[in-house]
Amino acid sequence: MNQEFRKLSFRDDFTFYNSPESIRRFPFPFWEDKYMYSVNIEPHSTGPKGSVYEFPIDINEHYVSEMHDRALVLKEDPLRCQALPHMMLAQWDFLELLMTSMARDYPQWFSLTTEGDRWHWVNKPLGIDQKFTFGDPSTLPYEPMEYMGRQCQGDFSIQDQRDGQLWMDAGVITTQADWSLDFDVGMNFMEWHGPVPLAHDMKVFDRALKFLLNLQLGQPVRRLNWTMTINPRLDTSPENYNKWGKDRTTVTPENVGDKVHLRVELQALWRLPRSNAILFSIRGYLIKMRELVTVPKWGRRMHRVLGSLPQELVDYKGITRYRDTTLEWLSKYDDGQPTSPGGGPD
Amino acid sequence: MLVEGIKSRPRYPGLSADSYANHHVLVADGDGAQAILDLFANSGADMKGRVTIVYAATVPNSAAFIEKLNSLPVEVVHAMPTIDTAMTRLSGVLNVARMGTRIYASGSETLIGLAVQLSQSFGMDPGAVLTEHRGTAARRVQCVHCKGFTEGVTTNVVKCAHCATNLLVRDHYSRRLAAFQGVCVDAEVAGQLPEIVEAFK
Repeated sequence: MNQEFRKLSFRDDFTFYNSPESIRRFPFPFWEDKYMYSVNIEPHSTGPKGSVYEFPIDINEHYVSEMHDRALVLKEDPLRCQALPHMMLAQWDFLELLMTSMARDYPQWFSLTTEGDRWHWVNKPLGIDQKFTFGDPSTLPYEPMEYMGRQCQGDFSIQDQRDGQLWMDAGVITTQADWSLDFDVGMNFMEWHGPVPLAHDMKVFDRALKFLLNLQLGQPVRRLNWTMTINPRLDTSPENYNKWGKDRTTVTPENVGDKVHLRVELQALWRLPRSNAILFSIRGYLIKMRELVTVPKWGRRMHRVLGSLPQELVDYKGITRYRDTTLEWLSKYDDGQPTSPGGGPD
Repeated sequence: MLVEGIKSRPRYPGLSADSYANHHVLVADGDGAQAILDLFANSGADMKGRVTIVYAATVPNSAAFIEKLNSLPVEVVHAMPTIDTAMTRLSGVLNVARMGTRIYASGSETLIGLAVQLSQSFGMDPGAVLTEHRGTAARRVQCVHCKGFTEGVTTNVVKCAHCATNLLVRDHYSRRLAAFQGVCVDAEVAGQLPEIVEAFK
């Protein structure tokens, strides 16, 4: 089983790369030649075979590598995983959702057998075989959210719903695009989105919150978000910004193709059955500019989107220092031809 | 990185008498005493029941404020030397508080933030604390890197009191931590600092 997962690194020597199959299924987020915020929410329904939407939880070739990186982050900084005391029921909801989805959709790697509250979970890629009692945290080596957070790609936050608001009261966040769970835990929807420019005035968050408060069980939704990252680094947290910030000054015309990455987050939201909380999964995908331009449509469009991005968003996404160098490099791949609608490759 | 205009920045609508409360707990520091004096001058008749004041004497004319607070129709004025000691006293007061208690906080953002944080630990909704900002705009800042708190910050950039990182002080505010967020300002090019100005006087 393990040979299906290469062991690549997201730090130090940065050996991460995508296979050709992984490039083809990359969730390219731009459906037209420009970008602006929108409430781009759609049902999280199953998509074409082989796509990142084939199953609700996407496990891909980077599974073992990403779980290794998460373990390194949590070893250095336990505050990346926090749950306020009233969130225990939601933690069990979370564990159940992940275990049942993963065992159903990837039976070659995961299995779950249950007899009442006696559960047996097997994770072959990570070599885990665990019998435990559902509902009893003392029968697991970690609290339920951390236990499964260490076994599933993507960051997760869990929102309690009360007083007509969503409160980020739990999360396991190790691959974030520069926001701090430790600082934001306990905040409501408007507060943790406080630092996002422009969107508040566009009423994006008012509409999104209204929508999410009515999210129904069994009808998850999703959207794509994106930023750019220098080096294939998963842990671009503010906590470690004093270590990775200088990467942004290392982009040269010669290394754009390997150093500059588009980072796309497939964000999904699920209503949880017992706690009535909302699970927010942030499943990140990285692709090098050199890999991206192997799809001609994406090379053209990336050049056009980056060239027309409003300055506030350039600054917010931290692209300012290397945008011009990247644009110059991408211009070689934009022959001015029209692009087809939608984000998929031609 | 967005520094100003961040929506998590708290707003302080001002004190107003809760005529339904049967115990009013007012906590203030420095010039926040004047907000209490104004409240009593404008709507003292609505402050029915017991009144407890906890005051941190943090400004040069605090002695005069204490005298004026003592002249109000209140049960007790706890005059404390610092915000820290005022919080310890507030904790003692809330420990024995009953249903029908209303908390009011006035003065520096630090005092208000810590009072709201403490009230929350007693199970009160943070929105239930009435607040009014008076006096200094100095901030309590948490370093996002080492998690240490630096008190009384008045400049847009400050050296972390714990790990000595040059921190940019953002408007992003955590009620749970009662602090603004400080993020390394020269991570991309070490030593490259913006102009340092008195931003929070």
